[in-house]
Amino acid sequence: MSDERTESDARIELNRGLAQMLKGGVVMDVTTPEQARIAEAAGACAVMALERVPADIRAAGGVARMSDPKTIRDIQNAVSIPVMAKCRIGHFVEAQILEAIDIDYIDESEVLSPADDVYHVDKRRFRVPFVCGARDLGEALRRINEGASMLRTKGEPGTGDVVQAVRHLRKLNSQIATLASLRNDELFEEAKKLAVPFELARYVHDNRKLPVVNFAAGGVATPADAALMMQLGAEGIFVGSGVFKSGDPAKRANAIVQATTNYYDAKLVAKLSEDLGPAMVGINADEIKLIMEERGL
Amino acid sequence: MTTIRIGILAVQGAFVEHERMLRALGCECVELRKPSDIDRVDGLVLPGGESSVQGMLVRQLGLFEPLRREIVRGTPVLATCAGMILLAEKIRNDPRVYFGTLPIEVDRNAYGRQLASFRKTARFDRLGDFETIFIRAPRVVKKGDDVRTLAVVDDAIVAVAFRNQLAMAFHPELGRDDRIHRRFISLINARRDALNLERQKRDAAENGGGDENNADPRPLS
Repeated sequence: MSDERTESDARIELNRGLAQMLKGGVVMDVTTPEQARIAEAAGACAVMALERVPADIRAAGGVARMSDPKTIRDIQNAVSIPVMAKCRIGHFVEAQILEAIDIDYIDESEVLSPADDVYHVDKRRFRVPFVCGARDLGEALRRINEGASMLRTKGEPGTGDVVQAVRHLRKLNSQIATLASLRNDELFEEAKKLAVPFELARYVHDNRKLPVVNFAAGGVATPADAALMMQLGAEGIFVGSGVFKSGDPAKRANAIVQATTNYYDAKLVAKLSEDLGPAMVGINADEIKLIMEERGL
Repeated sequence: MTTIRIGILAVQGAFVEHERMLRALGCECVELRKPSDIDRVDGLVLPGGESSVQGMLVRQLGLFEPLRREIVRGTPVLATCAGMILLAEKIRNDPRVYFGTLPIEVDRNAYGRQLASFRKTARFDRLGDFETIFIRAPRVVKKGDDVRTLAVVDDAIVAVAFRNQLAMAFHPELGRDDRIHRRFISLINARRDALNLERQKRDAAENGGGDENNADPRPLS
């Protein structure tokens, strides 16, 4: 029993630790080994192995599921950086499959069609780490309680429109600040309102931050978008469709990587933004019918 | 004694964790992102992260030459995980070489993917038991004769010292035990004393205008 406890404590530390090592970096969506190699050479700190990027999932419609394990394996074999992959919200068998093929991180993602409209995967039962999307502090702490060891904003994937990611990160930040400003005896009521465990609310109150790393995701398409999210307090960036749906993926990918490191250096970000070719065309987040961010609350 | 000023490579990875630990020990920390940040630093930290990303950014941002110069000049360096890879003379499973100032050969991702990451108590040179955290970690597969082994885990060398360089495959910055950071600080203090001594000798030689053997080699403080 005590051994089990130690083992699971160690996994939490190791899995949160890997997210800490990814900080200041850019995780890029890739669909082929070739794209994975381009992303790695351009400075991605990890890749997300997918069958289709979110923009294409949006265009194709229908049910979006976990990728073919063979596609994922080919990508694992192509690069030396960590490889992540997505499972549907609540689809714990897809998660078991991803763990079985030795994935480095599972994204339980609203980009895919949810398999369960009530329950998320019980991520505490897994040894492999999970990252989950969150739009506010309640969602963030519920995902952590379920065992997520990394978070990201949901944003609105596949749009190239950064507005939702900005909204989610600002909301999270302001809720953290509010929670931290409360008296101790007010925490119980606040935890109840947020629908989160008291212990996690108290952690945020005492430390003025989440217990896990939080990246920005959903709509980042330019170096300026990446620097914007970093200045707003993101600890790193996920770029989905933004790289391989653009005119010059390798150049844009590297520019986003450099802007994520030097997010306060406007001169450098200006230079990085030059001659990148066309960005992904994008679609305004308020023009779309399929709202992915509303999946999994 | 003036405050110790430590430059922490901050292009990617877990640099804030080192900063927090060193600040708590009374050091001043400066994040290194561009060449002008490397200004009068007494020590350098190369943190964990992705070595391929850090190595690329260090070159693209013009940090490579000035950092290498500091290391070669003898500025104490604490390198963890990816940092150890950046210092290594050779990487067995990767053709790239970064600073190459530490005569060791390392195996990158030596234990495998994340599911193979582990925590273990190891014996660390002169410190005794130390809780070590290995995350997609490298290990040393070969080392030069004058490289000292500081810790061994499962028959693999995981921490070494060579002149001014202190490198380990695990992450002392993730735990609460700051003894390795304290040792790094004492390395910095020893170097500052040595530099002061040299300066005093030089000054004495200049002022006395004669035989430098007459100068008192001991620092005045």
